[in-house]
Amino acid sequence: MLKIDIEACIGCGVCVETCTYDAIELIDDVAVVNEKCNLCGSCVDTCEVEALSIEREEKDVQADLAEWSGIMIFAEYRHGKVAPVSFELLGIGRQLGDQQKAPLSAVLLGSGLGDAAKDLIAYGADAVYQVDDPALEYFTDEAYGNILEDVIREQKPEVVLAGATAIGRSFIPLVATSLATGLTADCTELAIRSEDGVLLQTRPAFGGNIMATIECPYTRPQMATVRPRVMKTAPYDANRGGEIINYQPKPERMQSRVKVLKNVLEEQDQVNITEGDIIVSGGRGLDNEKGFDLIKQLADAVGGAVGASRAAVDSQWISYPHQVGQTGKTVNPKLYIACGISGAIQHVVGMQSSETIVAINKDPDAPIFDVATFGIVGDLFEVVPKLIEKIKENRGE
Amino acid sequence: MNIIVCIKQVPDAKDVRLDPKTNTMAREGVESIMNPFDRHALEEAVRLKEQHGGKVTVISMGPPQAEAVLREAVSCGADEAVLVSDRAFAGADTWATTYTLGKAIEKVGEFDLVICGKQAIDGDTAQVGPGLARRLDIPYVSYVRKITDFLNGAVRLHRLMDDGYDEIEMPLPGLLTVVKEINDPRIPSLKGKMKAKKLVIQTFSAEDIEADPKQIGLSGSTTQVVKVFAPQFKGERAMLEGTVDEQVEQLLEKIEPIL
Repeated sequence: MLKIDIEACIGCGVCVETCTYDAIELIDDVAVVNEKCNLCGSCVDTCEVEALSIEREEKDVQADLAEWSGIMIFAEYRHGKVAPVSFELLGIGRQLGDQQKAPLSAVLLGSGLGDAAKDLIAYGADAVYQVDDPALEYFTDEAYGNILEDVIREQKPEVVLAGATAIGRSFIPLVATSLATGLTADCTELAIRSEDGVLLQTRPAFGGNIMATIECPYTRPQMATVRPRVMKTAPYDANRGGEIINYQPKPERMQSRVKVLKNVLEEQDQVNITEGDIIVSGGRGLDNEKGFDLIKQLADAVGGAVGASRAAVDSQWISYPHQVGQTGKTVNPKLYIACGISGAIQHVVGMQSSETIVAINKDPDAPIFDVATFGIVGDLFEVVPKLIEKIKENRGE
Repeated sequence: MNIIVCIKQVPDAKDVRLDPKTNTMAREGVESIMNPFDRHALEEAVRLKEQHGGKVTVISMGPPQAEAVLREAVSCGADEAVLVSDRAFAGADTWATTYTLGKAIEKVGEFDLVICGKQAIDGDTAQVGPGLARRLDIPYVSYVRKITDFLNGAVRLHRLMDDGYDEIEMPLPGLLTVVKEINDPRIPSLKGKMKAKKLVIQTFSAEDIEADPKQIGLSGSTTQVVKVFAPQFKGERAMLEGTVDEQVEQLLEKIEPIL
């Protein structure tokens, strides 16, 4: 229950403003909570007179909590290669492991794994538990989930990380539910609190409008999926030592009730925007589909890929694979040029880690300028053609 | 075919903002709506019922006000509605939520299919669908963008992957989470609205579903929120002034090394 100390409450109304769920009202100048409260706790921190608190019963801590140690990551292997996010997980996993003075391990599942385990070691893993079996050629939630669950039960890592990909976000919740432990989705920041070794998991919520830091204090492992292209990969070191363990799952644990009949790779109709060094993006300011011709010309001139805001995709000026943002792709190119994009938070969370951001917008108050390295207030239909012209001129075209 | 659709009432996320200076939520004009992905789940269920016969039951865990989204679902073609509501459920994380929904669905009875949206727009976790399938001990497929066939007690479908899609066969009963591409949801019909108005919505309390008090709400949650804050940005905000020519010249000087 949310407890309100009516003696302390000064009726300032800040908590009323703060509540997303409309659960607090001021009655006779005192805050009163109603049944909409879902105990999210956002009001507690904002109360200046500390009149608000959430009462929770002391929870039973898992009996063997102290026996869990080490960091484990799930390495995603698909179509003959390790997904880049797995190396990023090793990067952050190495940091957390070094802080805890505990080993970093990886679980690698698939068929025809080749030297993938060696790469994981070169990128920071101390041990790799691998299962190389034709039954695992296709990803299925149940088989992958069962095996990962079994390795976790045996090895007892304190932290388990996986990529927030279509695969990770689908089967990690199964594993966490089976292990009766907490899971935080789509984290963008991870840190270990040194006092008690608790993993602080920070993630965007409400479409990126709010950041929330989550902990899992009573149970182990502490599990999180991590957004791709946010964490830094550790340097590759071919001479790093590590152990490769061929894990033997029980045959029934490799079964899946769901069958994959076929894997279809879709032709991306353009350069994959998550892999380029330069992205030129367009938004609502382009006015219509034809506006994107200009974006494409600039992208061609600088050798970049074309991105878009959700507004432009929703208006069907360009297809969904181009969309950058919370509900599209997360990118971090060396150069991101945003043309006619206002900078709604859901777009910004998908591109803010780009090295250099250029914003061109006619509204000087557009929030995109808050993340921009360089800003130009002006009409993109004047600025962009001029930019293309000068770039070509400089190259002597 | 008996289909259960899980729906959630959420604040319209695009309107939610946290003021970085005061750390308070600017909530002005934020409406409560049916989670957009759940609309697609409902639409798919209603289409399946229209093709194969059966019944669609919508179920929502939330405060008494969540009744509004259940009525809306009925106006769009659902047959029955169940509200799972108790103050003891407040503060539930996804682990406690899947426990509660699982118990409620067991009480609703036999079903062939459970359909959920891929995620709710307030939390964006996408964890309730898979977790619920585990609670019910049924197979599941996430990110379904197309149902192609039903044969011999199984459903064939396409699951969206990061690099394309998988063609999949899942035996029933099972659970699906769906993405927006799967269909275009209909708007309520007049007949549906009449029905929604009259329908008596069953409410299940914690006691009704025989929930273990230690598994529900805040006390059943495995995770807890340490703090919430506004995202911080670190743009240098160097504004380039002058005529268009001058602005472009300055910009090129800055970015030429990267090009």
